[in-house]
Amino acid sequence: MSNSEPKKKKRKFSRRKFLVRSSIGLGVLIGTGYLSRHLIRRYLADFANTAEPPYMGNIDDPNIWFEVLEDNQIILYSSKVEMGQGTFTGLAQIAADELEVDIQQLKVKHAPSASGNIDQFSTGGSTSISSLWQPLRELAATLREMIKQEAAKQLGVDIAALKVSKGMVSANGKSLSYGEVVKKVSEWKIPKTPPLKDIKSYQYVGNPVPRVDLLDKVKGAPIFGMDASMPDMLYASVIRSSLIDTKMENADISKAAEMPDVVKVIQEPDFIGVIATSMTAAENAKKAIKVNWSTNRTWQQQDIEDKIQVGKGSPVTIQKQGNSKSILENSEEVISSEYKSPIGAHAQLEPNGALAHVKDGKATIYMSTQVIKITQDEVAERLGIKSKDVNIVPTFLGGGFGRRLHTPNAMQAAVMSKAVGKPIKCFFNRKEEFQNDTFRPPTHHVLKAKLKDGKIEAMEHNVSSGDVAFGSALVPRIAEPLMGADLGAWRGGMINYSKIPNYRAISWRVKLPFATSWWRSLGLLANTFAIESFMDELAITAKQDPIQFRLDQIGDDERGSRLKGVIIAARDKAGWKDGVLPNGRAMGFAASVDANTPCAHVVEVSVENKKIKVHKVTCAIDPGLAINPDQIRAQSEGCIIMGMSAAMFEKMTVKDNKLSPTIYGPYKMAMMKDAPKEIDVVILESTGKPGAVGEPPLGPIGAAIANAVFRITGQRLRAMPLELA
Amino acid sequence: MKISFTINGQPKTVETDGNTPLLWVIRDVLDLKGTKFGCGKAACGACTIHVDGNAVRSCSYAAKFAEGKNVTTIEGLSDGEQLHPVQQAWVEEIVPQCGYCQPGFIMATAALLNKTPNPSDDDIDKNIVNICRCATYYRMRKAIHRAAEIQSNNS
Repeated sequence: MSNSEPKKKKRKFSRRKFLVRSSIGLGVLIGTGYLSRHLIRRYLADFANTAEPPYMGNIDDPNIWFEVLEDNQIILYSSKVEMGQGTFTGLAQIAADELEVDIQQLKVKHAPSASGNIDQFSTGGSTSISSLWQPLRELAATLREMIKQEAAKQLGVDIAALKVSKGMVSANGKSLSYGEVVKKVSEWKIPKTPPLKDIKSYQYVGNPVPRVDLLDKVKGAPIFGMDASMPDMLYASVIRSSLIDTKMENADISKAAEMPDVVKVIQEPDFIGVIATSMTAAENAKKAIKVNWSTNRTWQQQDIEDKIQVGKGSPVTIQKQGNSKSILENSEEVISSEYKSPIGAHAQLEPNGALAHVKDGKATIYMSTQVIKITQDEVAERLGIKSKDVNIVPTFLGGGFGRRLHTPNAMQAAVMSKAVGKPIKCFFNRKEEFQNDTFRPPTHHVLKAKLKDGKIEAMEHNVSSGDVAFGSALVPRIAEPLMGADLGAWRGGMINYSKIPNYRAISWRVKLPFATSWWRSLGLLANTFAIESFMDELAITAKQDPIQFRLDQIGDDERGSRLKGVIIAARDKAGWKDGVLPNGRAMGFAASVDANTPCAHVVEVSVENKKIKVHKVTCAIDPGLAINPDQIRAQSEGCIIMGMSAAMFEKMTVKDNKLSPTIYGPYKMAMMKDAPKEIDVVILESTGKPGAVGEPPLGPIGAAIANAVFRITGQRLRAMPLELA
Repeated sequence: MKISFTINGQPKTVETDGNTPLLWVIRDVLDLKGTKFGCGKAACGACTIHVDGNAVRSCSYAAKFAEGKNVTTIEGLSDGEQLHPVQQAWVEEIVPQCGYCQPGFIMATAALLNKTPNPSDDDIDKNIVNICRCATYYRMRKAIHRAAEIQSNNS
């Protein structure tokens, strides 16, 4: 399909809607005085907590989304990347149903940025399916209509007489494949979007369709950034500052430049690049470079812990109801607990890297990235060329988890390619990957509450955290002064028990001397760990069943009802029993709401020789319409075990400006032996449209385990990773 | 130095520094990209291959040791189009998420099943010690048991 007519259409789910809603916040701010700044910040926090981010990209032209081949194969070019979350499969299901094709006819590929099909935002935030649900159905339905209009002409029949099924158009005993129809068209008109089909009539949406990338992934197909290659390609390895607060002063590259198989060593203000004919040669030559580093000061773990303290840094009230402050200040029966979470690494298996080819003022980059637009702009800026002259060709990601929202490797590869005029492939070794991670920031939480007649009269959550969203190219700079509190750091930090008459959540922003950023589910894991452990402590103090205690204090609005729905579902499916079970195990419970998706876990845990063992997890999740129940299960299972890993084992520490460990093993993670042998996922679908799935089930796992451990041991573990005394 | 070995049934001779990890010979010289680089220190298992039927972490296996040996990578695990029982089980259980570590796990599992055709959960815990950050372990365990079943039905 080519020579399409560009067409501007108004659509319900355009970017404009988001801008309009955002500008309400700005308008309020401009029109009010300083005194109400707190109100505005709470309003913006509430907006950020409940907003459903729309898709930000071209949704008007089916030609950049689909390509119909003569053999009736249809390629769906996805502007969202596939990093394991199953988005390609969900998109294929949605498109196949509206296109009226067999899903086997569809092949999903990443859209290169040169195609113009660019997501202006990112693949992240568990928004890919939810934000494309409406636009992709409209695009697919429009393409089907385009093919029908042309088929009617070619078959000489009225469009109303056409029947469409499995990629074939037929009327009066004659039929044409989509491919045959498309072959004869040289110019397309984009019609008005036809009415979408009834969701109930869909064949693929709602069913556990196997992943579309299954065969490639069990056969080891070369689909990842690391697998990309070009003829005449050279390899490169990079030295950059990997110590906290440390700068490269000068370096002696002479020895490395003379080594066999080394092509060139380049020195840039922010990195040294060693270019060689093989990765091994580049790595070896790197070791021969002597760098002089200068350090502002020495940093130790204790310095970081001293910074991350509620009461230090700048506070913003992100949620407030009633007057918890005066109740908690003027009562002697206040219950208070503190919780902590450590620095966490992404530790995704495929290291960050890029293959870049810069030639004749244009750049082509093959890589695993979650931010195609940002990667493109950064490379363009570094090379001093226009963004449109940088083609980002996304590959499958060997894990994302937020790590690939920051992609300086692309710039480095591009600079080196320009320097030698050949394609350059460079990537981190594992030590560099750990040292240059953009870590999950450590947190400190103070929870306070007062009980009255077995219910919570007042409650406060204070969280101190390093930055998550602020400082990221994804978040406009204006957000920092406007919001004050980092929306990623406090994610999951609001109190979901809205029947409590008085409550507050306060976020304390701390600047850390190393890069912290997005880690799957952002602050959700740590904030839920703190709040839901504390809820358990309160229930025990109130001598109540912890689940009923929660249910009694959740509001009856839609948000509250959906949360209660998953809590009850998890409770009933697990056969919840409070206290130690006859086999010595105990159950633990926790719940959270993330990106409007509520999720509850009941875990079954034992403790032996101070080792915690999770035997079974029952998870109830309500993401709304389930596009692919099997992939919702897969994401829940993955979130549960990844969350367990973070809650039970993982931590990075600072010593003499160095973050360590820098290798798997010493960076302890959950492995096969640690994974629960039973995971039971209950899916509720309380809304008619798909919501977030890829992160919400991470929230409750840490608290659920800690709550179970308390029942067995009497030890209240208030710091992750959970370690028994 | 010249190193000769058989890889996926094909005899090959490569010219390389004998201390180069076999992983890079497989990926960059022989252009078989299914074997993955994860850590370079034999700590994650993404690069697992078979050398004379044994699971080996190729990032920490010098190419010179492959001389005269029989090497199998994920590309050579199955006979032609037919999937190996482990791959078949992986498909049935829809195991992969991002997929990057999966060839290593599949190769480790195939080697385990050669020695222990019907592994217990304990055998699996002790022998399958690769790392999957998507944490697909729950489905992998089911797939390993299923693969054992398929393999025993086939034989």
